[in-house]
Amino acid sequence: MDAESLLLSLELASGSGQGLSPDRRASLLTSLMLVKRDYRYDRVLFWGRILGLVADYYIAQGLNEDQLAPRKTLYSLNCTEWSLLPPATEEMVAQSSVVKGRFMGDPSHEYEHIELQKVNEGEKVFEEEVVVQIKEETRLVYIIDQIDKAVAIIPRGALFKTPFGPTHVNRTFEGLSLSEAKKLSSYFHFREPVELKNKTLLEKADLDPSLDFMDSLEHDVPKGSWSIQMERGNALVVLRSLLWPGLTFYHAPRTKNYGYIYVGTGEKNMDLPFML
Amino acid sequence: MGDLPPYPESLPQQPPSRRSSQASERRHSRGQAQPLAAGPEEGRQMPPDAQHNVPGWSQRRSLSQQESFLMPQAFQAEEARLGGMEHPSMNSGFPSELQPQPYPEESRNQAAQGTTSLILQRLQQGQGGLFQQLDSTFQEPPVSPLNQFNLYQTDQIYEGAQHGPYRRDDPALQFSGSELGFLQYSAEVPEPEPLELAVQNAKAYLLQTSINCDLSLYEHLVNLLTKILNQRPEDPLSILEPLNRTTQWEWFHPKLDTLRDDPEMQPTYEMAEKQKALFTRGGGGAEGEQEMEEEVGETPVPNIMETAFYFEQAGVGLSADESFRIFLALKQLVEQQPIHTCRFWGKILGINRSYLVAEVEFREGEEEVEEEEVEEVMEGAEILEAHGEEEGEEDEEKAVDFIPKPTWKPPPVIPKEESRSGANKYLYFVCNEPGLPWTRLPHVTPAQIVNARKIKKFFTGYLDAPIVSYPPFPGNEANYLRAQIARISAATQISPLGFYQFSEEEGDEEEEGGAGRDSYEENPDFEGIPVLELIDSMANWVHHTQHILPQGRCTWVNPSQKTEEEEDLGEEEEKADEGPEEAEQEVGPPLLTPLSEDAEIMHLSPWTTRVSCSLCPQYSVAVVRSNLWPGAFAYASGKKFENIYIGWGHKYSPENFNPALPAPIQQEYPSGPAIMEMSDPTVEEEQALKAAQEQVLAATEEEEEGEEEEEGEETDD
Repeated sequence: MDAESLLLSLELASGSGQGLSPDRRASLLTSLMLVKRDYRYDRVLFWGRILGLVADYYIAQGLNEDQLAPRKTLYSLNCTEWSLLPPATEEMVAQSSVVKGRFMGDPSHEYEHIELQKVNEGEKVFEEEVVVQIKEETRLVYIIDQIDKAVAIIPRGALFKTPFGPTHVNRTFEGLSLSEAKKLSSYFHFREPVELKNKTLLEKADLDPSLDFMDSLEHDVPKGSWSIQMERGNALVVLRSLLWPGLTFYHAPRTKNYGYIYVGTGEKNMDLPFML
Repeated sequence: MGDLPPYPESLPQQPPSRRSSQASERRHSRGQAQPLAAGPEEGRQMPPDAQHNVPGWSQRRSLSQQESFLMPQAFQAEEARLGGMEHPSMNSGFPSELQPQPYPEESRNQAAQGTTSLILQRLQQGQGGLFQQLDSTFQEPPVSPLNQFNLYQTDQIYEGAQHGPYRRDDPALQFSGSELGFLQYSAEVPEPEPLELAVQNAKAYLLQTSINCDLSLYEHLVNLLTKILNQRPEDPLSILEPLNRTTQWEWFHPKLDTLRDDPEMQPTYEMAEKQKALFTRGGGGAEGEQEMEEEVGETPVPNIMETAFYFEQAGVGLSADESFRIFLALKQLVEQQPIHTCRFWGKILGINRSYLVAEVEFREGEEEVEEEEVEEVMEGAEILEAHGEEEGEEDEEKAVDFIPKPTWKPPPVIPKEESRSGANKYLYFVCNEPGLPWTRLPHVTPAQIVNARKIKKFFTGYLDAPIVSYPPFPGNEANYLRAQIARISAATQISPLGFYQFSEEEGDEEEEGGAGRDSYEENPDFEGIPVLELIDSMANWVHHTQHILPQGRCTWVNPSQKTEEEEDLGEEEEKADEGPEEAEQEVGPPLLTPLSEDAEIMHLSPWTTRVSCSLCPQYSVAVVRSNLWPGAFAYASGKKFENIYIGWGHKYSPENFNPALPAPIQQEYPSGPAIMEMSDPTVEEEQALKAAQEQVLAATEEEEEGEEEEEGEETDD
């Protein structure tokens, strides 16, 4: 959610039950303003909160002119001091995908993972148990990256692409209409498109290249991993992800207010197919 | 009058061919045909004023044609505005076939935007102004008011005039001052027929309507520029494309008129009406005062706003206005049902809709209605079973070949707990949104709890949705919801140590075979535990709901105890049933056990505690979060505490969910000769058998005859 409209956004996203306490809100308002100034971002988004056992991580992201460029991620433990996180590399992804369980809340905590590695000594090949240590910070980067790629969404028409390349925020976006807001196809993943090129030519002919340049939610696997609801007596549409429980996207139809927030434990719901 | 630009003197009849050709070009323009014809008609009215007609008449008239194409409505509308008097006279002059059409709606809109279009259509407005002045000269009203009115336009004309006439072939520059230039000094510039033709062609091209729709590029550009000039956004160049798209969209989606409601917003308005009903008080306004006195007394509805405030300190809960609506909805529930105590239990999220859950306790003696229905159903089932068994026995006696009776008996149904005890201590009402009616959830049975532990399903939001799962859940979503609520309540309802105490009664410990006490009361001497102590140690919190045993109940029941009826009927079978599984009594932690005794989840403490605000610990509350049931929260501050659950309604497990495997394949009846199938003898075999039997028979007869003969012979002697 945009840091500019933090209070309204938190209010609209409160249907999922978890939000921020007033002291956190106050500190966020000031500190995000300073982050924007210090790092020279165009837009700062408050991404959400990952609940740990000892402490919680508060995550923010900064964007520059091009909305689809890789976003810079910052984290904080107390909403006042922010530290920049490194971007996710493949090595990080491979390492952290084996870690399971809750976050501790301490960025320097190390998870131990025992791996069997083949070690060559002379002519013998035998397997040795190697204890790999993975820092929680790495895991944090990995999880945020996963969540962003999987379930960060944006309504259709909120961004548009210019022929020069960069993607801009659409200032004339007036909001989705009520009938559009209830369809999954009106929402796109907020990332570089992956499945767009797999569409048939017939489908692509109906798309508007300046607006429909991202993957829509319609073809997400497994089907039914999004829950669309109207709240507040039909005045707010809320999408919740069932794959990463804790991600809430809200949009007030016919207005410009939209955003998403993740408040959860940072664990993927692997049991989803059994639960549908 | 010297200011007036010279008018053409001659009144040439425009070569009909030219007019008609132009007319045919523009015929497909929307609604333009009439003004086209009207133009020359108006022109023909001019002859009486021939004095002011100057040589450039042809161009003037052609331009008036153009202008009438380009801004016919605005022109006529402006005419109506400026020269209302003159207009009827003009109209009266039209032949009947060219009666002026009623202005289309858009023309009024465009007339309203006349000021902006003035800038765009300087030529036309200039023309309009000129035409007005022409009118004025024709009718000879005072010129000054019209002059003032047209001041703006004439200024424009003069501005353009100062640049002098140039000849530019480029039809795209038709809106520049050049045209005005050559208009002004038409006497000096030779009739630019080729240029004018080029301009007309260019405009005709722009006015072509597109194949897909009725919109022409010209009109679209007019709309777009009008919009930009009206709204004056910052940096319009960067949002040009979106504006373009929006303008096009708006053309085809005109705003509905005020008499009809927007059909899309219908459900929203209905919901708002229902919620408005929440806000109206029971009586009318006149009785308000009397009601105030009554209402100020005790009400079972708790102070939701206060609870919401404390939970907000912890970062948990719904927004303030939602909490208030929930409060009103609970108030409505209290008015409708005979409720003794009531509490907002929490919110369970679902796929299509969510549930708001209220935990209530009825007043004494108020809930037998549903119980009777359930009992009738049960009795009916028992009677049917009894019939079945009796018939079986009769058959047994009659039939010679008795059908082997199956030895499998269904496991005895564990009876559900009574209302107001154990898992059914409270009644639960759910609704989807505040304002919608509350629905009562049925009591939970142990079988449902046992099954609910084995499956994990999302709630859809509809109470009658079936639960498709393995093992099959005995009930629909309402039952599953109730079972989960029971499990969550049993696991996560906590209170600070000392808030509740056991009531001092004798003989408590001997009840129910040591099942423990199941009632508690508030401790009037509770002093409150400081926040820091609450955070530090889990021993300062206790569960105040009974733990649910693996059996599915809070108090253990021996399933192998038979009722009297069963004993009578089943005497014969009892012997076969010797050695049923002797169930061991299940024991759970007693009531009011501290949280420190809770089992860990894989080296994880099942509870997490926090202070709500680390910056001001003096005023913060203690918050406890459950790790076992994510979404369950409790706060305590001074003498107050409360629990709430907002979440999906599932337990947390670090391992993946493993569904129950299907049961092993049942054994078939042991094969023995009694049931072994043998093939029927074929016809040949039967005949062979028959022949063999006949032979044997014949042989025995012969022997008998032989014997008889022998005997007969003997006797003859």
